[in-house]
Amino acid sequence: MLDDPAVALTVLVLSLFVGFEVIAKVPPLLHTPLMSGANAISGITIVGALLAAGSDQPTLSSWLGFVAIVVATINVVGGFLVTNRMLAMFRVKRGGQDES
Amino acid sequence: MSQTALQLAYLASAVLFILGLRNLSSPRTAPTGNLLAAIGMLVAVVATLVSQGVVGWPVILAGVVVGGSIGAVLALRIEMTAMPQMVALLNGFGGAASALVASAELLDGMRAGIAPAGIVPTAIVLSTLIGAVTLTGSLIAFAKLQELMRGAPIVYPGQRFVNALLGLGAIGLCVAVALSPLELPPYAALVGLGLLLGVLLVIPIGGADMPVVISLLNSYSGLAACATGFVLGNSGLVISGSLVGASGIILTKIMCDAMNRSLGNVLFGAFGAVAEIGPGAAGEQRSVTGYTPEDAAVIFNASRTCIVVPGYGMAVAQAQHAVRELMDLLEARGVKVQFAIHPVAGRMPGHMNVLLAEADVPYDKLVEMDDINPQFPETDVSLVLGANDVVNPAARSDTSSPIYGMPILDVDRAQHVFVIKRSMNPGFAGIDNPLFYNDNTKMVFGDAKGTVLKITEALRST
Repeated sequence: MLDDPAVALTVLVLSLFVGFEVIAKVPPLLHTPLMSGANAISGITIVGALLAAGSDQPTLSSWLGFVAIVVATINVVGGFLVTNRMLAMFRVKRGGQDES
Repeated sequence: MSQTALQLAYLASAVLFILGLRNLSSPRTAPTGNLLAAIGMLVAVVATLVSQGVVGWPVILAGVVVGGSIGAVLALRIEMTAMPQMVALLNGFGGAASALVASAELLDGMRAGIAPAGIVPTAIVLSTLIGAVTLTGSLIAFAKLQELMRGAPIVYPGQRFVNALLGLGAIGLCVAVALSPLELPPYAALVGLGLLLGVLLVIPIGGADMPVVISLLNSYSGLAACATGFVLGNSGLVISGSLVGASGIILTKIMCDAMNRSLGNVLFGAFGAVAEIGPGAAGEQRSVTGYTPEDAAVIFNASRTCIVVPGYGMAVAQAQHAVRELMDLLEARGVKVQFAIHPVAGRMPGHMNVLLAEADVPYDKLVEMDDINPQFPETDVSLVLGANDVVNPAARSDTSSPIYGMPILDVDRAQHVFVIKRSMNPGFAGIDNPLFYNDNTKMVFGDAKGTVLKITEALRST
């Protein structure tokens, strides 16, 4: 689909603008979860890793693909989980009064 | 699944990512946003697996299980104080994954003897170079934050020249590989040089500048994914990668503005490498007022309003829970307590907010710099806890100070200022802080956590 460089560039530039608009609205309060969450999203490379590892014969490139799957999955799973863990802590009212 | 269906699935996942990020605009909707983004990722992965006639299932399954377990253990066990290290590590992995995918694609081409055409060779070299720099740069940032190596800048004569030379070399290799993409040696050299550059570019950057470095590496990990999208002709990667790239760029800019420094100065200035002593500072005898925690408790007891200013020292001492206890006690006695958050307090954007949220401090008490500064003159007590440069009044008045012009929290304008500090040792950047010698400043020497606990104890018995 992106064989035409002009189309690809269009997608890139428009996405950057959407990114700037959306991210500018994130308050400093949530900048750490924003980073870890964005990090998880950059793990989208896992899609490319799946294709590289998914060929039928074991070649050097399928091994590179395997390593890519491992690190990209760490990124995706670790990123979303740790973001979720952080976001659960942000409260207005005091939670967990039942403890201690 | 047809190509069209696959592309539509990628579109759906990109929309979910955008909606997810948009929900991060408020703490109430943010958990939903994170979930939406995670669903977007699942859609992209499943669509790819279903559509592409993937056959290497055992390899894929093994990779996902290994990576998923490591990721889950990291995410669930990491201490909140160690979040900067965690994010640095994840940035590095993201960059590595992108570079690996680009390499695999190129090696496939070499094996088949089919040279990649059009924009693909350019995208391959960019993805490889950015990914490699991100990987080793992040590992160095991780090592500095985890204190596996010294946080201070590592400098040597001719450093900028060497880095510039290597940078030019990398650009040259990029051109060479893009022109003849079937030659292995130049590509291997590019990978090696990228890895080396990542190390060399981050070692001269000091610990206090880590918020900028982490934000920038965050952006790189996105841009590497974006370049990989061009390699594979995959719109999903291009869109998602550029969202992350944009996020990192915005955070980098916010961090630089909050220090009143240019990105170039942060990256190449080796800030804090030399202790800079202002003229006359050395000979001048200035005295500080030392208070015991008990003395401090007496003042706290008589106060009506208090602003706590946390910094990296709070994270190091794990003092966030102790501060929460002090806040509870003060509030029970009718004192209004707020927290002033400087954008670069800590080691990454938003670091202090996460720690205080972990300690169950309601987030409406965490106030940004511009909103809290007008309140200091009417405040009885400001409590500086492990912060230094962000409360240094020299940034307002002393043109010879290295941090002159940096926006700061005006703690010195409160009636009483308590500074909890281990010793008079000037901080890591070696910049003298006149705040400590002010008449209304009282130094309470000791470890952040222990001292706050002692103040709370003394306050309880008055």
